[in-house]
Amino acid sequence: MSPPSSSESARTPPLVEARGVCVRFGRLNVLDNVDIVVRAGEIMTLIGLNGAGKSTLIRVILGIVKPDSGEVRRAPGLRIGYSPQHLHRDQILPMTVRRFLTLGAPAPPAKLATVLDEVGADSIVDFPLAEISGGELQRVLLARALLREPGLLVLDEPLAGVDVTSQGDLYNLIASIRDRYGCAVILVSHDLHLVMAATDTVVCLNRHVCCSGRPQSVVRHPEFISLFGPQLSDTLAVYQHMHDHRHDALGEPVPADSGAAQDVRRAGRHP
Amino acid sequence: MIEDFFLRALAGGIGAAFAAGPVGCFVVWRNLAYFGTALAHAVLLGVALGFLLDIAPILAVFAICLLLALCLVLLERQRYISVDALLGVLAHAVFAAGLVVVAFMERLRVDLIGYLFGDILAVGIFDLWLIFATAAIVIAALAWQWRNLLSITVNRDLAAVEGVPVERVRLLLLFLLAAVIAVGMKIVGMLLVVALVIVPAAAARRMATTPEQMAVASTAIGIASIVAGLFGSLEWDIPAGPAIVLVASAIFALSLLIPVRGRAGRAD
Repeated sequence: MSPPSSSESARTPPLVEARGVCVRFGRLNVLDNVDIVVRAGEIMTLIGLNGAGKSTLIRVILGIVKPDSGEVRRAPGLRIGYSPQHLHRDQILPMTVRRFLTLGAPAPPAKLATVLDEVGADSIVDFPLAEISGGELQRVLLARALLREPGLLVLDEPLAGVDVTSQGDLYNLIASIRDRYGCAVILVSHDLHLVMAATDTVVCLNRHVCCSGRPQSVVRHPEFISLFGPQLSDTLAVYQHMHDHRHDALGEPVPADSGAAQDVRRAGRHP
Repeated sequence: MIEDFFLRALAGGIGAAFAAGPVGCFVVWRNLAYFGTALAHAVLLGVALGFLLDIAPILAVFAICLLLALCLVLLERQRYISVDALLGVLAHAVFAAGLVVVAFMERLRVDLIGYLFGDILAVGIFDLWLIFATAAIVIAALAWQWRNLLSITVNRDLAAVEGVPVERVRLLLLFLLAAVIAVGMKIVGMLLVVALVIVPAAAARRMATTPEQMAVASTAIGIASIVAGLFGSLEWDIPAGPAIVLVASAIFALSLLIPVRGRAGRAD
């Protein structure tokens, strides 16, 4: 992989740095020589088709899956808040939302109230966990991650089960959380339109890293086009032109980089 | 007048219910019933080995159950065969091995029924010590790791990210289950021991709004089933183990009449 090119990357030390990560399930290479660097205050989105290894890469970053080769370094003392893709809920376990939220660590009532208000889940806090809707669950999972006061927020498909009208709200919420908490965010998402609107870095994964960089440059990358098709590439490129700014590490809007095309960094071997 | 053997049976059953109540909750929460069944199938092999090696059968059962729990945890890590299929294979393999070893032993053959269906009325002083020591250890271990156990019950990955040593906590839970199976088989036998673990827990669900309430209710239902089942068996001259399980099942059926407490005041 080429050295980091933008000045922004040089400024902040990496929170998580994975180098040459390979994960094999049996004979299948789920991740093949993947490099990824996450820096403070950055919103990074992992995109890719089903089976591209997105969730596996997330689990490697979290330290749940040990890579077969390669190394993963986390900043010392880094606290990670995690919202899993699936949370199996069953009526057989009597547990309220409040109890679920304080299961990871006890939270003082004032802190709990603030976080609940932030994610908009204060009205459901005394409901049974098994009975809230998918969209409500996403907010509750986000709240549990935030209660840890994370330096890095890892959200696997945070829009899954959320109805279309609330998806925009939730995405804005995630973006505003980065601004308020100053944490980095790694997202896995299928919704490319939403991804393009609020992401600093897009990593397109297909077992290896196809391409990575700013959203507007990634959608023009040949491997992106071969994966998602030229039509989507065009749609998203047009969509991007309506956004003339992006966010810097502190969440402040800055003018979009005109030389974005040079920002595409290629990584990994291509079979 | 109540005889000593009956008092020992009552005490032994109540002790087993103290251990089985809270562990049973985790079994129903985490869907471990199949695990419990596999462990119960190892009982016969444990008994046979106990006789062969001339140690107390209940101690041998303990050892073999803990060993099988360890094997299951290690085998779970491979990705080639599903855990359910694996449990099915192991359970019946150890059961068949138990039957073969027993067939070589003339003296044991007459006691087989006692191990299959339990022999609560034969609970001795040594058994009582072992049952209450097990119950004390199980409850102490659960209290010590309660938050971590609940955390891995809800979601293992989330627990891991939050610093819970998931593998060790899970192994602890399976060891506790193995211990409960080992003492429970003395009470209701290997064919019904899983019922002693899961039926009171399932019956407790509608009486509880927190995990702790459910664990307490499950223990109380277990104790009530033991007491009612034993007196029933005395009154009508029916086998004690099945009577206990029937009482627990009846309480479960009645518990379904309790209305579910849902998200009140909100239309869905």
